[in-house]
Amino acid sequence: MGRIPQIVVSSNLLERYQDDLYLVKGAPGWAAVVFLLVGLASLPFLLPRFGLGYLLFIAILMAANVIVAVGLNMLVGFTGLISLGHAGFVAIGAYASGLLAAKLGLPWYVAWIGAAAITAGFGFVVGLPALRLTGPYLAIATLGFGIAVYQVLVNWTALSGGRTGLPVQQLSLGIAGLTPTQQLYYVAVGAAVLLSWIGYNLARSHIGRAFAALRDSDIAAEVTGVNLLWHKTLAFGISAAYAGVAGAIVAQALRHLEPQSFTFLESITYFAMIVIGGLGTVSGAIIGAVILTLLPHYLSGLKQWLPVVYGASIILMMMVEPLGLYGRWIRIKLYFKAWPL
Amino acid sequence: MAAVTHLAQYLVSGLAAGSLYALVALGVVLLYRSSRVLNFAHGDIATLGTFVAFTLIARKLPFSLAVIGGLAAAALVGALFFFLVLRPAKEASLLGKIVLTIGLALLLGGTVQVVWGTETLVFPFPLSELRVYRLGQVVISEMNLGTIVIGIVLMTLLYVLVQGTKVGLAMRAVAQRVDAAQALGIPARRIYALTWGLAGALGGAAGVLLAPVVYLDPFMMLDPFLKGFAAAVMGGMDSLPGAVLGGFLLGIAENVFAGYVSFKFKTTMAFAVIILVLLLRPEGMLGRVYHRRV
Repeated sequence: MGRIPQIVVSSNLLERYQDDLYLVKGAPGWAAVVFLLVGLASLPFLLPRFGLGYLLFIAILMAANVIVAVGLNMLVGFTGLISLGHAGFVAIGAYASGLLAAKLGLPWYVAWIGAAAITAGFGFVVGLPALRLTGPYLAIATLGFGIAVYQVLVNWTALSGGRTGLPVQQLSLGIAGLTPTQQLYYVAVGAAVLLSWIGYNLARSHIGRAFAALRDSDIAAEVTGVNLLWHKTLAFGISAAYAGVAGAIVAQALRHLEPQSFTFLESITYFAMIVIGGLGTVSGAIIGAVILTLLPHYLSGLKQWLPVVYGASIILMMMVEPLGLYGRWIRIKLYFKAWPL
Repeated sequence: MAAVTHLAQYLVSGLAAGSLYALVALGVVLLYRSSRVLNFAHGDIATLGTFVAFTLIARKLPFSLAVIGGLAAAALVGALFFFLVLRPAKEASLLGKIVLTIGLALLLGGTVQVVWGTETLVFPFPLSELRVYRLGQVVISEMNLGTIVIGIVLMTLLYVLVQGTKVGLAMRAVAQRVDAAQALGIPARRIYALTWGLAGALGGAAGVLLAPVVYLDPFMMLDPFLKGFAAAVMGGMDSLPGAVLGGFLLGIAENVFAGYVSFKFKTTMAFAVIILVLLLRPEGMLGRVYHRRV
């Protein structure tokens, strides 16, 4: 009889089911959250010190992409409803926020909330066909929606400002010590953190569970009491509202809206973010959005290779690790948790 | 009298556009009904084939040989994708397979951009867009007439292949039920690869027919490919005659709409039609109603 090796799984053993539900687990978790928040808050002051002030603009776009990706993952990853037209929702959010501020003279935060509400309305409308359409049919319908929005913007010049584009008023927090870019950074990153936090909570609430249930089998979900009509349209509504807020951020970052910023390629890029980051997890969406915002920036010399890189990464990711980079990270973590077993 | 002429003119141009859409739609339906995969890379495979044909023409090859080369390249890419990607990942969910073809679309579209650049190129074609024939007061260009005729010839050939040959029988058997077909000794993998190749070649043919009209550029197939999908959805995703019917109807509807209502919004109209058809009859005009079980 040899010595029985003792299995030490982890020092912080979960004792109650509640422990497993907590969003932030234990002291290390809280330390990481505080570190992350402090880091994000100090970035506008740290970056210029290292001569990287231009990265602040990238960070704003990254915040917008994170919001779109988290919303899109809610739809594709959690609910299993495909959308290839998310740039359309982003465009609606961008133009709605710009027009509400310019034409009605609303303050920026009202315009943003209005943009989110309008986009969510469009999301519900696009979600209605989703009740009858599945898989490929839905992909086509949403793809058509994205392209239709683009074409309406190109051709309806009274709305989009035509060739000259639509100028967007700069937002102001009224804080004297900050440059406009820094102010936008705080608003954008604040929105991204808030919406990600909402996303994490949605995912573990009854709504998130209902989404996952109807992704895995909508008939079985309906039998167990999930209201398909409500949850499918809700998934579209939430996802669109996220895209609407991101659109408002993009509008502020670009300061000048043209339909060319919201093409089919953008929709595909959003899609690539969640596939590469990880379908069905909020963290995965965030990772994907961060990587796919930085990648074009650092590969700017190889710009024409980007679609090839995206395409190859998507194929590779689907074949090797369908749960994306975040799924791989979870696996690595599990491996070391039980190491050396 | 003039009104009738106008209508006839729109119908003629609609038929030419429709035969292109039908060719694209046939490729989509061929794949969908055999492997339940919606191939988002269909347009990009076609674009690649057209560009290969262009390069072969530039290398002084006779036109017919160059086109055959282009179609072969498109077919090869389709078959390779099946063997190298789709078959190893056969456990992938429906969403996963769609994502894989989206990846291929990006990869191929990007490759075309890197190799041939993004500038528009002129695709030499033996038929002319400017030489026209007159039927009464209706005018049809040589190119449009050629497109309609070649389209119908290819559709007939495909019909004969699927309905009248042993290979076609095997294709239909695999489409109906793979495991039963395999149990009867049909080499399902080879049939799948053949289907992918055939669909790629059909797309390539549509690309070659389109290239002289819109000039060559990496995104030239995006619009016809979306319309082809739309046509396939309209006709019913598992019905080959439905794809042809959907293609012609969409082409005609689009041109009539452009003529009478608004030229600018004709693509938007096409998508509105699809969403309407899907809402009223999700299985398409000629598709079978498909009952799902848990």
